Amino acid sequence: MGIVSPGFFGRRRRDDPALPPGQYLTESFPVLSAGPTPRITPLEWEFTITTETGQVHRWNWEEFLALKQDDVTRDIHCVTSWSKLGTSWRGVSIDTLFESVESDAEFTMAHSYGGYTTNVPLDDLLGGKAWIAHQFDGEALEPAHGGPARLLVPHLYFWKSAKWVRGLELLRQDEPGFWESNGYHMYGDPWQEQRYW
Amino acid sequence: MRTGWNVAEVIEVRQETGTARTLRLRLPGLTGHRPGQHVDVRLTAPDGYTAVRSYSVASALPGDELELTVEELADGEVSPYLVHQVAAGDQLEVRGPVGGWFVWNPADPAPVQLIAGGSGVVPLMAMIRSHAAGTTDGAPGFAAPFRLLYSVRSPASAYYGAELDDLARSPLLTVTYVYTREAPAGSGTRPRRLDAPTLLDAILPVSDNPAFFICGATAFVETVADWLVQAGYPADRIKTERYGGTGGTP
Repeated sequence: MGIVSPGFFGRRRRDDPALPPGQYLTESFPVLSAGPTPRITPLEWEFTITTETGQVHRWNWEEFLALKQDDVTRDIHCVTSWSKLGTSWRGVSIDTLFESVESDAEFTMAHSYGGYTTNVPLDDLLGGKAWIAHQFDGEALEPAHGGPARLLVPHLYFWKSAKWVRGLELLRQDEPGFWESNGYHMYGDPWQEQRYW
Repeated sequence: MRTGWNVAEVIEVRQETGTARTLRLRLPGLTGHRPGQHVDVRLTAPDGYTAVRSYSVASALPGDELELTVEELADGEVSPYLVHQVAAGDQLEVRGPVGGWFVWNPADPAPVQLIAGGSGVVPLMAMIRSHAAGTTDGAPGFAAPFRLLYSVRSPASAYYGAELDDLARSPLLTVTYVYTREAPAGSGTRPRRLDAPTLLDAILPVSDNPAFFICGATAFVETVADWLVQAGYPADRIKTERYGGTGGTP
C-alpha cells in the first residue's frame, strides 16, 4: 500500500470489476483534445486506407454509410482516469473496411482532420475489436466528440480512438503518433496502466 | 519525464480563494518542470482504496518544489481532501510532472495569448511565472509579449490577483478580466459572459501570429477556440486543455 492519507475515504466509484486500475467511473462524457475542433461536413468527409505499397482505398460518406453497420456497446477508458461503462456506438467494423485491402503490414497510423495522429497495431483493429463510429447513443456523433466519424478502439486508452478520423496508413514499422510523441504510451493498454512512457 | 509514483511532501498550503487552495510540494530528485505540465495525485484510504486525479502545476520553480492550485469540485473525490484536509508535513503520492504538448517553450519567439476560464488559469499562471522569471535569460520567448484574458465568476473567485497585478506592471504582460457573475465594486462595469467581440478586442491581433494556450471547462474552450478560428487565427497555433465534462460556457 502507498502513503495512507488519514481521513480520506473517497467516493468508491471504482468498486466495479469492469474498471481498470487507477480509473474512476463517470456518467458524463469529458473531452480531451489538443486544439480547436475541426468542423467537417459529411459532404467533404472521406476515409482512406493507404497500404504500405501506396495503394489507396477510398470511401465517401455515402459509400461509407452503405457498408454493413454494427451496433456495439463497450466500456471506454481515458488516460486522464475516467471510465464510462456501456457506451453505445454505431459504425463500420474495421474488418469490413479491410475486406478489399491486401497488406502484410503489422502497424497502422490513424490520421485525423486537424492533423492529429495515433499509432495502433493492425491486430488491435481487426477481429471485431475496432470500428469507424459515426453515432453515439443513437445520435450523430458531435464534432467535439470526433464527428462526423471517429476511430473506436475501446480496449485501448481512449486517445487511441482518434477523433475526426480520415484514414489509416499501413506501416511496416511502428511509429509514434501525436500523443505518443508527447509522452504517452506507444500501446496504451488500460489494464496494464500503460499511460506514460 | 517522471512516470512512476513518487512520495511528495506538502511543505506549505495557502488559501487561494474560498474554494481553492495552493499546495507547495517537494518531490525529491525533481529538477524543475516545464510551464503547462500536470501531475497525477494518488490518495490512499486506510483500507487501501485509492483515487487518482490530475492537477496542473501553477509554479515555475527551478528545483525540487512545485505548486498545485486545486479547486474544490462539488462532487469531487480527491479535491475536497486536498482543499480542506491536507496540511503541511503530510505526504502524497505524485506521478509526473508529465505533458509535452500544452507547454510554453521559451525558445519560441512568438507573442503568447493565454485565455483562461475559471480554474483553467492554473497552467497558464505557470507560463506567466516562467516568462516573468526568465527576462534576463537569453531565450527569445522571454522578450515576447504575453497577454492573459481571464474569464472568472467574480473578483473573489479570481486566483493570484495581487501577483497578477504586480506582474502586469511589466510592459511584457497585459491582463484583462471578464467577470461573468459579479464585477468589482465601484468599477462601473456589469458582469457578462465573454462574447466574440470582447474576446477579439482583448487579444493579440492575427497579424502578430500569436501562440494560443486556452484552458478551462470543455464548453468554454470549445467556444473560444471556434471564435478564434472563425476570426482567422490559424488552428495550428491554438493549443487547448480542457477539464470536466459539464457546464462552463463563456
